[in-house]
Amino acid sequence: MLALEMYRSVAKTALGKVAGGRMPLLLTGAAAPLRMVTLEAPRIEHDGWARLRVSLSGICGSDLGMLSGRTSLYFQPLVSLPFVPGHEIVGELIDPCGDLEAGTRVVIDPVLTCAARGLEACEACARGETNRCSRITVGDISSGLQTGFCHDTGGGWSQQLSVHRSQLHVVPEGYSDEQALLAEPVACAVHTARRAAVRPGDRVLVSGAGAVGLLATLALRELTDAGEIVVVAKHAHQRELALQFGATEVVAPSETLRRIRRATSAFMIEPEMMAAPYLLGGVDVTVDAVGSKESLQTCLHATRAGGRVVLSGMPASADLSAAWFRELEVVGTYASSRGSGDFATALDLVGHDAMCRLAKTVAPYPLHRWREALDHAHSAGRLGTVKVAFDPRQTN
Amino acid sequence: MTRPGFVLEVDDRTPPLLVHEGLGFRLEEFPQGTRVIYPPESLPTVPDVEEAIRESLENPVDSEPLRELMFPGMRLTIAFDDLSLPLPTMKAPDIRGRIIEQVLTIAAEKGVDDVEIVAALALHRRMTDAEMRHIVGERVFRSFAPSGRLYNHDAEDRANLEHMGQTEKGEDVEINKRAATSDLLVYVNVNLVAMDGGHKSVGIGLASYKSIKHHHNAKTMVHSRSFMDHKHSEMHSSAWRMGRLIGEHVKVFQIETTLDNEVFGKPYDTLLKREWEWSLRDQATVLGLRRGLAVAPQKMRHKMFHDLRSNYGLTGITAGAVEPVHELTVQRVHQQQRVKVDGQSDVMVMGVPYLGPYNVNSTMNPILAACMGLGYYFNSYLRQPVVREGGVAILYHPLDEGFNTLTHPSYVDFYEEVLADTNDPALIGPKFEEQFATDPWYVHLYRTSNAYHGVHPFYMWYWIAHALDHLGDVIWVGGNPKAAARMGFRSATTLRDALEMASSTVGSSPSITYLRNPPHLLADVR
Repeated sequence: MLALEMYRSVAKTALGKVAGGRMPLLLTGAAAPLRMVTLEAPRIEHDGWARLRVSLSGICGSDLGMLSGRTSLYFQPLVSLPFVPGHEIVGELIDPCGDLEAGTRVVIDPVLTCAARGLEACEACARGETNRCSRITVGDISSGLQTGFCHDTGGGWSQQLSVHRSQLHVVPEGYSDEQALLAEPVACAVHTARRAAVRPGDRVLVSGAGAVGLLATLALRELTDAGEIVVVAKHAHQRELALQFGATEVVAPSETLRRIRRATSAFMIEPEMMAAPYLLGGVDVTVDAVGSKESLQTCLHATRAGGRVVLSGMPASADLSAAWFRELEVVGTYASSRGSGDFATALDLVGHDAMCRLAKTVAPYPLHRWREALDHAHSAGRLGTVKVAFDPRQTN
Repeated sequence: MTRPGFVLEVDDRTPPLLVHEGLGFRLEEFPQGTRVIYPPESLPTVPDVEEAIRESLENPVDSEPLRELMFPGMRLTIAFDDLSLPLPTMKAPDIRGRIIEQVLTIAAEKGVDDVEIVAALALHRRMTDAEMRHIVGERVFRSFAPSGRLYNHDAEDRANLEHMGQTEKGEDVEINKRAATSDLLVYVNVNLVAMDGGHKSVGIGLASYKSIKHHHNAKTMVHSRSFMDHKHSEMHSSAWRMGRLIGEHVKVFQIETTLDNEVFGKPYDTLLKREWEWSLRDQATVLGLRRGLAVAPQKMRHKMFHDLRSNYGLTGITAGAVEPVHELTVQRVHQQQRVKVDGQSDVMVMGVPYLGPYNVNSTMNPILAACMGLGYYFNSYLRQPVVREGGVAILYHPLDEGFNTLTHPSYVDFYEEVLADTNDPALIGPKFEEQFATDPWYVHLYRTSNAYHGVHPFYMWYWIAHALDHLGDVIWVGGNPKAAARMGFRSATTLRDALEMASSTVGSSPSITYLRNPPHLLADVR
């Protein structure tokens, strides 16, 4: 089968570390540690596993971060190279899988938990907090925090992969593949909304209006009693989408702190030596949906004392002085939690009008045009696209 | 013998005319038939300033001499206009300092110990020590500032404001408590234009937002025809009502001064001359200045212009009761600035220079540029505007000086938040004004830093409400298109382009009038 494979390359990884932040396009092109290969279709001979034919597989920010060398080495032991990326997947079962018949259209929750590894549930999995599983490096399959980072399972950027019954969610009737594709990122957004612990009337800032930011905005609006939701957007079309997804107000990155200051009657402090300004006062909850140093800093600097900063994007390093001085609760939000029913909620949300409109804008590429696809994904904000995906069924 | 202002009609012999545009100027060829209104040359000045001050204090209008109003044990407060006047800043010694020294001398002779001096800055920014020292002079500053008896009025210091009641129209009158509870309040004024002075001095200069908001709003501004004629200005009518109420509580001794038209000292004095009278030397000076300014970085141009100090001469000083004093003052200002103009025109052209009342030692941001052109110059008329209703204003300014976040922090938010929502002064007020006026950060910066009050950009926008109501189109020559668009205007590269754009409103051969400001002129349009 055809697949895109991420492989070990010390030179390219080193180059990524040095230049990835500045020249991401170079690293999704010629210098990317990614190649198109013909592989044996992955097959796992353990209970509960089946083969899945991929219909669509999305390109996520974390995939781009990995390819352009920006991902922290923290994650290096949690993957098993070489692997086929792609964890936002909609496809059809080739084999029956537990109670599901062959041909069932499913989306997958990519987290590879104790159940998938043939292990007795760890404490987190036992509580239903599957995204906090402690056994992601052991068991019946090789290391890998998710499908799309594990050598044995394969990933969505191929024609076929192996999936475990515990990961599968049947796509409701009437949903298009594009809608179904969005279920996984929406499940993450649902989890983000839960982790944000928004109280009725709270002011929320969502920094970023890419897929993560927009979906988090929708989840916050639909699942919480947030008051104002201010979204930081760079591009004009993102502004419009953010409003459709439930933002009260949309601001440009350069205006953010001033607008939050005005809205919350906060005081703005401007340190010397070109250090970034910050607020005394600010919003109750911020969600960093970008993961850049600037975005995280904006979140830390715009949150009131005792407020909550939610790390939704994979975070960069930043000055944590505000977290200490303002006693901020900095919480991570990774994937989605099965015990909380995040995926079921997400599948409901995918039927939202705004999501239907968004699904129509998904940009699919055949696997062999992977360089174009990655370039497009890197420039998605500028080009007016929210989600770029691979469609392995396409041949040209 | 000084020459009065006059109106020139451009013909084929008329040389290019000087037009100010921010930190520079250009020489513009106007279409033949354009009317150019030139300000009058300077009136004779008083020969002995100290003697003139003494004379006014000893022989006031409708009042006992100042010394007879003073007695031991009394509370004496002296208030004075802040750095928004005159423009540009006067060369030292400033006339206000010279007057205050004489008032203090009399107070000392009469055994008055309880004296405080207050800068009547209303909602303007606090002056720095250097700016304050420049106005009151070194001796007064050193004697009063260290002990806290010379200070900037604080319109947000609730403990030091006195609510004196309401006018018959329900307007709150709230002013500086020290001034309100004094036995005598001496106000030292500079009347650069006819709008200044009178009851506007105490009633606005020492007031709070609660009081000022009654007349600084879009409705009042639209109905002020003109600001230079206080009998036809709604804003002044309100200030007069308030002033009369203040007069029932505290004795006000008003000292008003008028200045000549010497706004540019050397080497810029050529800019005051009429172009066809430029000597070869003048032409070389103008050429040299233009070339120099063209290559100088903005920072240097800013410094060159803002360091400029004017050689103003005193054309008169009157002291006594507020209203009769002001009548005499207005007469003198009109005498200096009034130019008779026959009829209105389709297009009015104005050059907006680098300086207005609210960017002394700071930057002229696009809102201030709009206020200077459409607020001040447009309103520099008697009877009726220079341009007909539905006509077009063409202004020159680059609209690019940026926002100074030290002095104008709320302007940035006003520009990006309020103007992005609407440009209509009538809608802006109810929707946004209160938020900005009560924003604790702006209040903090106004009280402790050198920032204009949070509500100030709204006032600047209201100031142009009459022009927006009257005009059919506004076009900025050389203006940053983005900034012009944000404010709801259009921009053009050249005058020819601007006239082309204006043709959809006023036709292809409109009558054009160019107001050759500065120095100030007052168009008496018949």
